[in-house]
Amino acid sequence: MKLTKLLASTAIGAAIAFGATVASAKDLTVVSWGGAYTKSQVEAYHKPYIAKTGVNIKSEDYNGGIAEIKAQVEAGNVTWDIVDVELSDAIRACDEGLLETIDASALPAGADGTPAKEDFIAGTLYDCAVANIVWTTIFAYDKSKMPNGPKTMADFFDTAKFPGKRGLRKNPKVNLEFALIADGVAAKDVYGVLATPEGVDRAFKKLDTIKGDVVWWEAGAQPPQMLADGEVAMTTAYNGRIFNAVAGEGKPFEIVWDGHVWDLDLWVIPKGAKNKDTALDFLKFSTATEQLAKQASYISYGPARKSSAPLVGKYHNKDIDMGPQMPTDPANLTNAVQNNFEFWADNADQLTERFNAWVAK
Amino acid sequence: MSDAAIGMNQSANNGTSGEPLIAADGIPLKQKLAKTTRRMKVQAFLLTVPLVLFLIVAFVLPIGQMLYRSVHNDTGSKVMPNFAVSIQEWDGQGLPSEEIFEVFVKDMASAKKNREVGKTIGNLATRVNYEIPGARSLFTKSARKAGKVTEGPYKEALFAIDNRWDNPHIWLTLQRVTKDFTAAFYLAATDRKYDEKGNMVRADELYQIYIPILWKTIWLSALITALCFIIAYPVAYLLSTLPLRTSNLLMILVLLPFWTSLLVRTSAWIAMLQTEGIINNVFVYLGFIGNENRIQMIYNMTGTVIAMVHILLPFMILPLYSVMKTIPPTYMRAARSMGASGTYSFVKVYFPQTVPGIAAGTLLVFILAIGYYITPALVGGNDGLLISNLIADHIKKTLNWSLGAALGTILLVVVLIFYWLYNKLVGVDNLKFG
Amino acid sequence: MNTAGNQRAEEAFVRFDKVQKSYDGEILVVKDLNLDIPKGEFLTMLGPSGSGKTTSLMMLAGFEPATHGDIYLGGESINNVPPNKRGIGMVFQNYALFPHMTVAENLAFPLKVRKMGAAEIETKVQRALDMVELGAMGGRRPAQLSGGQQQRVAVARALVFDPSLILMDEPLGALDKQLREQMQYEIKHIHENLGVTVVYVTHDQSEALTMSDRIAVFNDGVIQQLSTPDDLYERPQNSFVAQFIGENNRLHGKVSGVSGDECKVELDGGGEVVAKTVNNIASVGERTTLSLRPERVEIEPEKGQTDNTVTGEIKELIYLGDHIRTRMEVAGNDEFIVKVPNSAGNKPLAEGAQVKVGWKAEDCRALDPMAV
Repeated sequence: MKLTKLLASTAIGAAIAFGATVASAKDLTVVSWGGAYTKSQVEAYHKPYIAKTGVNIKSEDYNGGIAEIKAQVEAGNVTWDIVDVELSDAIRACDEGLLETIDASALPAGADGTPAKEDFIAGTLYDCAVANIVWTTIFAYDKSKMPNGPKTMADFFDTAKFPGKRGLRKNPKVNLEFALIADGVAAKDVYGVLATPEGVDRAFKKLDTIKGDVVWWEAGAQPPQMLADGEVAMTTAYNGRIFNAVAGEGKPFEIVWDGHVWDLDLWVIPKGAKNKDTALDFLKFSTATEQLAKQASYISYGPARKSSAPLVGKYHNKDIDMGPQMPTDPANLTNAVQNNFEFWADNADQLTERFNAWVAK
Repeated sequence: MSDAAIGMNQSANNGTSGEPLIAADGIPLKQKLAKTTRRMKVQAFLLTVPLVLFLIVAFVLPIGQMLYRSVHNDTGSKVMPNFAVSIQEWDGQGLPSEEIFEVFVKDMASAKKNREVGKTIGNLATRVNYEIPGARSLFTKSARKAGKVTEGPYKEALFAIDNRWDNPHIWLTLQRVTKDFTAAFYLAATDRKYDEKGNMVRADELYQIYIPILWKTIWLSALITALCFIIAYPVAYLLSTLPLRTSNLLMILVLLPFWTSLLVRTSAWIAMLQTEGIINNVFVYLGFIGNENRIQMIYNMTGTVIAMVHILLPFMILPLYSVMKTIPPTYMRAARSMGASGTYSFVKVYFPQTVPGIAAGTLLVFILAIGYYITPALVGGNDGLLISNLIADHIKKTLNWSLGAALGTILLVVVLIFYWLYNKLVGVDNLKFG
Repeated sequence: MNTAGNQRAEEAFVRFDKVQKSYDGEILVVKDLNLDIPKGEFLTMLGPSGSGKTTSLMMLAGFEPATHGDIYLGGESINNVPPNKRGIGMVFQNYALFPHMTVAENLAFPLKVRKMGAAEIETKVQRALDMVELGAMGGRRPAQLSGGQQQRVAVARALVFDPSLILMDEPLGALDKQLREQMQYEIKHIHENLGVTVVYVTHDQSEALTMSDRIAVFNDGVIQQLSTPDDLYERPQNSFVAQFIGENNRLHGKVSGVSGDECKVELDGGGEVVAKTVNNIASVGERTTLSLRPERVEIEPEKGQTDNTVTGEIKELIYLGDHIRTRMEVAGNDEFIVKVPNSAGNKPLAEGAQVKVGWKAEDCRALDPMAV
């Protein structure tokens, strides 16, 4: 009995001590994915916001997932004020009560006066989350080594025509969609086919054909590195990472847009965030037409607002038109799939097990 | 001398006569002794208090919590407290009664409004989805409409929302899920599941992952341990026989991996071993291999083994070294003087005396290897998936902590079994870690 | 270098022939060692640490190669024979009993190496254990034995395979005084009973005197003298040996006259004495150090009984039961010791008293000069 009391009081003491170090009300902790992506947000969101309000923004990096949000919310000590998450995580965290709800009608209207609810691309506003950008998983190759490179998703799976290793993310998501597209399934039918056991078998069967040549990656920074090292002939990757290697480092990489699977990044506010009101204000500011358009001049991710598209210009320090680099560019959407978060929410547990078993076999 | 002897005689006499021994001040000797030693005992205990507290907070409690979590999951009863009670009355035949459906729909409607962490419909949806893939959307979608159902018959109303509710499987599962204690996570962790009738069956072969990976982890750890031993033994021997100055220098080389971050070391191996990496380039340059036939040394088992052996080698060398350091060279000389050849002396005299170091080193390396996951994940390719990766995934990504806990418990049991085996073979008293 | 080792008999069992040893190529640890050991002898290599005695033993055992020269065993050169083929039993300083084996397994080790049958091994092991009176200890581990018992096991193990030569490297060094003396007798008796050849290394001169047939006194890589114990004590050939073996009074002086094997010496502290000339002191004017055993000095000798008489002052008296140890100042040496027997008719001595002391010329040896 005494011991538990002692432990409890020690724990409380420690909690108070830690609590004292938490940022003051004038601070805002913004959490995102790091690297070039965070840099684009700092340029387009943070700097103008600091200039306008004087709020001190603390930028933190993380690797995605909702484990940290869950831990903070359950412990009742939420130090993250606003977090950039993937759609499936946003939905799940919202379903499990980990997020503050956000009233979409309170978002500012577009620069052209369109109300927010119509200005945002369909499927980018949720109960607890507001999208800022559209990103996508494409595949890319080194055109200095392959002048007559692949054109379609089928080519990615054709190691006879294009010999060499293939880089893939070690996760069933996107890979199964790619496999079906390569096997001839139309983009719009992908999730319909994948929802059937036969469809899943078909996808794994297609993946079997390149399994021996696969090099797996886990972090977004890996694929451009593997391409540069010549470790793989072609690899799936986040389009922004490849674009930055091309625009920033002058790498001779080429993106193949056929069959890409696009997804959203969204702002969420963890439930009980210390600076909830500032966070909401920052969210409204950063998802305004002008800020989203400005971000697009630092990284090739598409703004979630329609009204931002016409404002997208050139890469911030080079003469590269950003428009054609966007996943949302009509030319890039001819054979593209939007990631179906609901399908993955239902099936990720099971398909991940099967995927892991398949990898390990 | 003689005085003491007489005193002892007297004491012996006292003892046999049955009277307790009395100290000079009339207090029984035993009491007196206990009093004087109590102080020392209390002092000794106080010195260990920080460690004991630390162990309790950092080790005993988390492990206890892990064991508890692996069998306890109260999501069901927290999200649907009324339904959790009433569904237990169902006999499992056909479908539950209309009353139970009513409780279910009402609980669902109130759960939908609940935004309290751990008590939302999403929590239950996630929990049921572990057992029935696809149940997640069934719950979240139905919950949105459940609030509109205000009067019976509730059964039909629910079927109208989604006809998947007209399936005994889902209700059998709910009956299980709403009990706080469950074996479901141990079933999942051993590639088993409940079938539609509620019987335990093995998972479809395509979905069997945990047991094969566990075996693979054990096998790979054993291989790494064996390789570490083969490499470390001569090195430790050399270190123990060289003059101090030289051996200190070599020891720094041995310990160097300890001073570099794990990720840096792993990245260095990638740079060395990849097909366009340093080793392959050197081989091609020297003409050992053609440019077309570069050796695949990474993103497969080879890469995992090389990198892990490198990282774990010091843990083998140090216990071996500390044991070898205490074996004087005269033992070997004695054996030689008695006519034994160098090899025979080594096998019969030197080697057996290093067993405590071997035992400690192999146990240490094996246990560390079985829990490693960052390195294999980065350099292991298809073979880089080990049991700890799966545990980490469930703790950090899927947030299925109960399954992670069940897997962790199984891993803990495996390690304990090996420890027990070790104890049988070499005896724990014979371990010498340093 | 020494003439005492003159019996270079052909039947020498162990022979060191012009053996030299250097570890670093700069310093010779053993300089030109010539030594013959006949079969059955108990020979002790005695000397301070660093004198080369242990190195010589290790060369004989085969653990160190000789830098130059040959070592013969039974007439054959063993320079290129590895230690395990030499058939030499060895007892080490710290016994080197294998800790992971029982006493019986330790003893059986050399027999198993020789591929003897189990029954024969058992007999021999038991016989060896009985010999050292540890018949019941076969099942114990070395760590469960006392120091003396471990020592006996080590001896038994070195003997169990019937080697004709046993080497012992300071085997009693770790024992307390009483046990050490007891073991000295036991080892000596074992040697006498079995008739094996023993080469024994020690830095303890009393141990050497007690046990050996002959003693080789080592210093600075050279054998200073090779003699029987009494010879070594009574007739040291040089100052080092006189100093190293037993207690010794030194008097420094200059040769003032020589006649036959006696010489006159003018002492630095005043006075002139007659001493026995030893080989290397010959001519008048040479410096010399006189060596005189304390028990050969008489206090207040009767006239004509001693060849030399000088006066000294008693500085200190120590009662030791059987004798009184008397420290005096004699001819400038205030560490001059006289052992006065505690016999009936002796006159009582008093500290500070001036007394006459005397000794015979043959008990006083004029040796090579030592630094004053």
